Amino acid sequence: FCSSVPKPQHQKVKVIFLLSDGRRQEVNAKVGDNLLDVITENDIDIDGFGACEGTLACSTCHLIFKQEDYDKIPDKPTDEELDMLDLAYGLTDTSRLGCQVIVTKDMDGLEISVPKGVADARSPQS
Amino acid sequence: SSDSQKSSSSSSPGQQCCVAVVGSGPAGFYTAQQLLKGDHNLIVDIYEKLPVPFGLVRFGVAPDHPEVKNVIHTFTNTAKNERCNFFGNVEVGRDVSLKDLRDAYSAVILCYGASANRTLGIPGEDLPNVISARSFVGWYNGVPQDKELQVNLDCESAVVLGHGNVALDVARILLTPVSILEKTDISEHALKALHRSQVSKVHVVGRRGPLQVAFTIKELREMIKLPGTQTVIRREDVEGLDKVIDDLPRPRRRLTELLYKTAVAPSSTDTRLWEQATKEWRLVFLRSPVQILHDNNGSVSGVEFAVNKLQGKPSQFQKAVTTDLRETIKCGLVLSSIGYRSVPLDSSLPFDSKNGIIDNENSRVRNEQGLYCAGWVGKGPVGVILGTMTDAFETGKLVLHDLHSGHLKIPERMKRDQLINQIKDKAVTFTDWQRIDCAEMAAGEKLGKPREKITDIQTLLNVARRS
Ligand SMILES: Cc1cc2nc3c(=O)[nH]c(=O)nc-3n(C[C@H](O)[C@H](O)[C@H](O)COP(=O)(O)OP(=O)(O)OC[C@H]3O[C@@H](n4cnc5c(N)ncnc54)[C@H](O)[C@@H]3O)c2cc1C
Ligand code: FES
Repeated sequence: FCSSVPKPQHQKVKVIFLLSDGRRQEVNAKVGDNLLDVITENDIDIDGFGACEGTLACSTCHLIFKQEDYDKIPDKPTDEELDMLDLAYGLTDTSRLGCQVIVTKDMDGLEISVPKGVADARSPQS
Repeated sequence: SSDSQKSSSSSSPGQQCCVAVVGSGPAGFYTAQQLLKGDHNLIVDIYEKLPVPFGLVRFGVAPDHPEVKNVIHTFTNTAKNERCNFFGNVEVGRDVSLKDLRDAYSAVILCYGASANRTLGIPGEDLPNVISARSFVGWYNGVPQDKELQVNLDCESAVVLGHGNVALDVARILLTPVSILEKTDISEHALKALHRSQVSKVHVVGRRGPLQVAFTIKELREMIKLPGTQTVIRREDVEGLDKVIDDLPRPRRRLTELLYKTAVAPSSTDTRLWEQATKEWRLVFLRSPVQILHDNNGSVSGVEFAVNKLQGKPSQFQKAVTTDLRETIKCGLVLSSIGYRSVPLDSSLPFDSKNGIIDNENSRVRNEQGLYCAGWVGKGPVGVILGTMTDAFETGKLVLHDLHSGHLKIPERMKRDQLINQIKDKAVTFTDWQRIDCAEMAAGEKLGKPREKITDIQTLLNVARRS
């Protein structure tokens, strides 16, 4: 009798975003969503994030991982993702595009940095 | 941040501060977005010359790159903010003067882009079928002023001058199968002409070498994978690059690797694709155009080039010097893609004519209080929307900073209202634009396209006013 088997629930894990202004934002992320979805659904306000809506055409969804976390992401970046990333400001060896990274259940507690745009160095002066 | 939430400290209660944004491309909309978000009291009026918004997102970005145009959704949200007003069909410098704006608003942010192009300055430049990439792009993207452009595609070979992304855009449009283009929002008149096109070989020619190309890897990879078209990069042009590749910064390294591999050891997928190709594009290096040649009928027959060599150690910054050697590439069409240029919108505007940008320091127009610029008109016509966005956000923050620290005057609200009254009958509002938008999408649907742009100004205005 398999009707007693519970329907798979949308499993959630905790993900922490370290925003460029120093804020730390903890959210529940649905396993199977990409990180752009997570940021949109949780109303995390990052200027200009996700301009092309996850179609690999903008690199505004640039995120930076710790090396060990980066290594654990199951889907490796495609050439097309790396091509887009090459335009991102503050590119690192552990950068990914948020719209291309799918949340897995192993990501519980993951800390992800949201980089600054390069021009942020130009702070307002009177 | 808490700082950005506070309202304009210098405006008295009940009195709303108003700023004007000139131009509705990415710079204009992203600046407006930042201003509206950072001050919940501020009113932002966007003035746009054309009856339609979005600048080069509508009129520059290639029709086969619809994903890039998704930013329009963000811009639309900004426009729908009740403190944001869009006034299309109002040209600053003609319908209203810069002085009028500066008198009526606390700040004016110039975001009017780069509407002119650099010229080659060589004999033959004025021949028919020698076309600036700017006009050619306008022609296939439905820019009203370019719809009548005479483009003759009855030739086998075309030369594109320049090694930037726009050069690759125009080359790609010339070579992409019409079966792909007809599903995009490319203008119908261009689609018809491309359908009859005889062009099967496109030379994309640059002054310098493979280490100095200005196009980005995404656009190059797209060309290499273009259905039905073979990529030709001469082996001798990339020789020795393998020795410097490892020392390059990542973006340049990956780009150079792709150029090298394509010339020396293309992948089996690529070679299999190329075996079926009926067209080709060639990436040609170290050639500066000297003159454009024509036959007895005055038709373009080719381009004469000076052969260059590079000076200095291999790097992105090597300079090209011409030698006495000359070489001719035969062709019947020349598209020059050597850069855009801005023009001063008012004679009082401090302008750097050498670089074709407004004279500014970090977005503040030199010696002009309350006057700012963002995007291509201030930073120069290079880079992608990401760069324009970052610049616009910074400019917006700067304006808010100046406003909140009491550095800017707050004119009588009446002055702004009077100005709006003057242009009211002429202006296309955002609601009007949405009528145009619907009409264009409906017209596109009949043709199996996402949109068919209206290219006639009067028709645009008629559709806008139909309520
Ligand atoms: C052919 C081409 C293809 C491109 N493709 C891409 C791409 O695929 N991806 C990408 O990221 N970037 C692309 N770009 C770059 C991108 O378009 C620019 O970064 C961006 O549009 C610059 O924004 P802007 O607002 O400064 O200028 P614009 O987009 O040019 O906007 C300026 C606006 O000001 C208006 N205006 C001009 N004069 C006046 C006046 N006197 N009064 C009122 N309004 C005025 C214009 O009509 C226009 O709407 C492309 C650029 C070109 C030229
Ligand atoms: S949202 Fe544009 S690349 Fe990810």
